[in-house]
Amino acid sequence: MRKATFNRRLFTQKIGFGLLTIAAFLTVVPIVLVLLYILWQGAPAISWEFITGFPSDGMRAGGILPAIVGTILLTFGTAIFAVPLGIGAAIYLSEYASENNWTRLIRLAIINLAGIPSVVYGLFGLGLFVLFLRFGTSILAGSLTLAIMTLPVIISTAEEAIRSVPQSFRIVSISVGATRWQTIRRIVLPQALPGILTGVILGLERAAGETAPILFTVAAFFLPRLPNSPLDATMTLPYHLFVISTQVPGMPLKIQYGTALVLLVFVLSMNITATIIRSQARAKRQW
Amino acid sequence: MDKIVIEHLFLNYSDGTESLKDINLRIPANAITALFGPAGGGKSTLLRVINRLNDLADVVFVSGKVSLDGLNVLDPKIDVNALRRRIGMVFARPVVLPLTIRGNLTYGLEIAGERQKAVLDEAVERSLQLAALWDEVKDRLDDPAAALSGGQQQRLCLARSLALQPEVILLDEPTSGLDPISTSKVENALQDLKQNYTIVIVPHSVQQAARIADYAAFFLQGELVEQNVGKLIFTNPQDKRTDDYVTGRFG
Repeated sequence: MRKATFNRRLFTQKIGFGLLTIAAFLTVVPIVLVLLYILWQGAPAISWEFITGFPSDGMRAGGILPAIVGTILLTFGTAIFAVPLGIGAAIYLSEYASENNWTRLIRLAIINLAGIPSVVYGLFGLGLFVLFLRFGTSILAGSLTLAIMTLPVIISTAEEAIRSVPQSFRIVSISVGATRWQTIRRIVLPQALPGILTGVILGLERAAGETAPILFTVAAFFLPRLPNSPLDATMTLPYHLFVISTQVPGMPLKIQYGTALVLLVFVLSMNITATIIRSQARAKRQW
Repeated sequence: MDKIVIEHLFLNYSDGTESLKDINLRIPANAITALFGPAGGGKSTLLRVINRLNDLADVVFVSGKVSLDGLNVLDPKIDVNALRRRIGMVFARPVVLPLTIRGNLTYGLEIAGERQKAVLDEAVERSLQLAALWDEVKDRLDDPAAALSGGQQQRLCLARSLALQPEVILLDEPTSGLDPISTSKVENALQDLKQNYTIVIVPHSVQQAARIADYAAFFLQGELVEQNVGKLIFTNPQDKRTDDYVTGRFG
């Protein structure tokens, strides 16, 4: 090989790597900018009163407690419906179902469920839960709607976590006389649990931040009290943010960004929890 | 006395990889029976028929008869979990369950419904003694089993099958991944165990078969070519194919 060709190739490689490095940096820049900007604009609004107070003066002053509580309740409500159903479906798909047209159909449905725009879930929830089942605009209807939206994420991550448990564990367990269910409950699920939890949290995190599915099913424009039954409507952080950003004239900017900051912290802390669970499980894992 | 009797056993997997053709074999109690031959001969398949582990595999066809003390093993109506408690199995790669050392040993008993601590503790010590592992692990029974060395893990797997006090132990190339010292520990343990157990082993080499077998059967491409008392099949094989394999002309 001649030296000139070699140098040219080295040069091309340097340019290539340089471009890739720039691409990597460019993806990080917007995330960092969003975080810094919201922190910078929102931090002045954060106070004890803002977190624990009720909105006043047409939401232009006071706190956002009802929205915070509403979002927490909705997230728990979503979990109550989506987690058992999602994990159950994942166990069925990965451990019991054989590969046939029926399971292919189920998987196809799950994939398509994940692709439906969230506003369509909102309309579906309005039709089924709010109107047909007469739950009204309520935490129950909103939780069910968000649960349906979250299911695909939970099912697919849980299925992946269950499948990643080595097959040899199952064979050994069966060979000492365990039934398939005993094997799943005592060996497979404990090993898959961190992965399942990660998926659950990531799914719920998405639910917590969504606006469209709760728009028609649960969210109240202005309801300055805490809900006292699952059939109550409630304010929520994402919808409150939408309302104060677009519907209320003369809204102080810092309250908008303060609300955004609270939502961001809520969602990011779930994300960080998931990351911690995952890395701790990786460190402890024996396979 | 014959512990396991296999008559006219035929078996096919759906992908056609390995099959058994008209296997007739009597496995005597309290002895080591070695099933040997080149890869793909059906030895592992036969082991997995005896404890019905093949139920998990893609078997499309089975016919014939396998009996364990007169119990028809292939009968779909038998309690297959109880059958597997009577028949322990050790695999080629040591697979310890993601539990403690103690947890690996008590697992089979616990799922069978045993709750008494005294019974479980006794089973732990007895099975570890039998597998020649007690002295090495008695002070760290609550450590993760995965922390043991490969040779120790394989003896733990042997102990795990012994904890259930089975009647038969199936071993599928149990020493293929082990160093010579660990291998001889396992082989010595098997020699002690055969007083009380029926042992069926797929050895990982002809040499190992010759070392430990009381009875031996030579498998080639799904057929049982020849069976005899261990020493005879290696020193004076009757079939030319056995002779060729034992003397290393193929394999």
